[in-house]
Amino acid sequence: MKFQRVLALVKKDLKRLIREPAALFMIILFPAMLTLAFGLAFGGIGGNQSVTYQIGVVNEASTVKNPSWAQYFLGNLTRLEILKIQPYPSNETAHTDLVQGKISAIIIIPENFQQSADSYWSAPTNPSQWVNTTLQVYVDSGSMFATQAIQPIIQQTLTEAVYGHQTQSLATPIQISNPSRVLASVTTTFEFFAPGLFAFASIFLTMIVAQSFTLDRELGLLRRINATPTSATEFMSSQVISNMVGALIQAVLVFAMAYAVGYRPKGDFVTLGFAFILVLIFSLCNVGFGLITATLAKSSGAATGIAFIFIMPQMFLGTFVGSALSATAQSVGKFVPSYYVTDALTSLFLRGAPVWSETILFDLTVVSSVSIAALLVGILLFREYGRT
Amino acid sequence: MIENLTKKFEDVTAVDGLSLEIEKRELFGLLGPNGAGKTTVIKVLCGLLDPTSGSVHVGGYDISKETTKVKELIGVCPQDVAAYPFLSGRENVELFGNLHAMPKMKLKKNTEELLEKMSLSEDAGRRLGKYSGGMKRRINLIMALVHDPEIAFLDEPTVAMDPQSRHAVWNFIGELKKRGKTIILTTHYMEEAEELCDRIGIIDHGKLIALDSPKQLKDRFKAKDLEEVFIELTGRKIREEM
Repeated sequence: MKFQRVLALVKKDLKRLIREPAALFMIILFPAMLTLAFGLAFGGIGGNQSVTYQIGVVNEASTVKNPSWAQYFLGNLTRLEILKIQPYPSNETAHTDLVQGKISAIIIIPENFQQSADSYWSAPTNPSQWVNTTLQVYVDSGSMFATQAIQPIIQQTLTEAVYGHQTQSLATPIQISNPSRVLASVTTTFEFFAPGLFAFASIFLTMIVAQSFTLDRELGLLRRINATPTSATEFMSSQVISNMVGALIQAVLVFAMAYAVGYRPKGDFVTLGFAFILVLIFSLCNVGFGLITATLAKSSGAATGIAFIFIMPQMFLGTFVGSALSATAQSVGKFVPSYYVTDALTSLFLRGAPVWSETILFDLTVVSSVSIAALLVGILLFREYGRT
Repeated sequence: MIENLTKKFEDVTAVDGLSLEIEKRELFGLLGPNGAGKTTVIKVLCGLLDPTSGSVHVGGYDISKETTKVKELIGVCPQDVAAYPFLSGRENVELFGNLHAMPKMKLKKNTEELLEKMSLSEDAGRRLGKYSGGMKRRINLIMALVHDPEIAFLDEPTVAMDPQSRHAVWNFIGELKKRGKTIILTTHYMEEAEELCDRIGIIDHGKLIALDSPKQLKDRFKAKDLEEVFIELTGRKIREEM
């Protein structure tokens, strides 16, 4: 393999990226504009702007004698910057406001809350003597924050207020209805969206690769290059390198734009480096899909349409839109590679998961395997059926 | 050397039992109407198409077994302009020089010389998409020859060119011959074939129907030009089928 040939082809492809308006828009301008627009719409410019959510509380335990546990729990909830607690005299009035969108959720503290907490502290290691009860929670199903973050916040506050940190994994007498496994802190909606933006931008490489291959084929350029001593390995290597460079530019741009509108992901430089590597690996998958598209498409126009067969499912089922989808759609999402990119980036950036955690390594394995498979299938199909 | 070459596309026979030997340093013209099979012959000689049957050797190498060796020897100018519109003329030429792994200095020297000869030096920095048709065709030719190949395949290099550009290309091809290059030229312009070629093979419906120097062909058929030779051979004009 001659590096001179590979470098010449990479330089040519990077010039295409900068000089062709369609490629420039799809690879550079579109992700940058999208990130900026989402950041302005759902985030806060100039830092992690705090957003407060109005929560209704119906304290049925207030009628009992010495309701100290309930008051302690409510006090802790009130101290959270993200929540603004609004007391309600009854469940009905709170529900009226919830339906009207005036509040994002309702917490109903049961009458036997005090009794339940007392029973726990009387016999912390003897569950048979506990008085069990349930903290009812109602959330606005149209609010992404309410559906995903409020329940974990209540769970965490309850644990800290009544039991202390050390009892998190043990059985307790007070349960929260329908608990979520998400651990959230002060979070803007944009912070839920941002990890998916990295995958979202990279997905469009499929279209760019498909268009460039079909156009080069139409112009007779693939045949012309084939009449030179350039080997298929040299040619494909150049495609992989130039598209990875494109994906890296995209990822840096998305990150820079997100940072500019106040996005501050969790994690350190290792986390960030790992995230970029993950996006680069994912770009191989999209190059593979682009080659498959170019094999199927008879013209560059057709390539644009066929590319959406790969783009749409990845976009709607595997990026930030996924979290707002139905349970069925989210299950189907597990069959698209972008889901695992978004999942890993969400764990890294939103939850602060370490790069060596089981979830991240699983996501990396899936993305790497699928990307290599897609690239190999794309190369083989294009070499066999797509060059002429 | 081509021996009994046949190339079929499903049920269409594009080249039918063609046998031909082209000498080193010869300027050989493959003449025939559109669809006669000229471009198919060139594509087989360049290793772009596999022959259905027969054998082809280029520069002593078997095209089926030693394709890379052949590709190192040849330069191919396709019939339709095949160049990147988003690159400048110079960048297109340099790209193909790099694909032939030319040393940097030699590539720069050859590029500038060829651009000068084709009167494109001033416009070489402009993107190809902004060139006129004639300028694109001249860049198309330079891209094929920048690496100074031993054997050049020029497929209709002057088609759709204005007379001035065409004569510039003829002069350029003449210079290549003087420098000892082997050139295989396809054309359906009789005057071009007559002006440039040492020998001519006339091809029709995929078969070689005549092979000789322009003068001897004219003498044999007592014709005043090659157009009349073609009429004598086929009963029709070469450009009627365009």
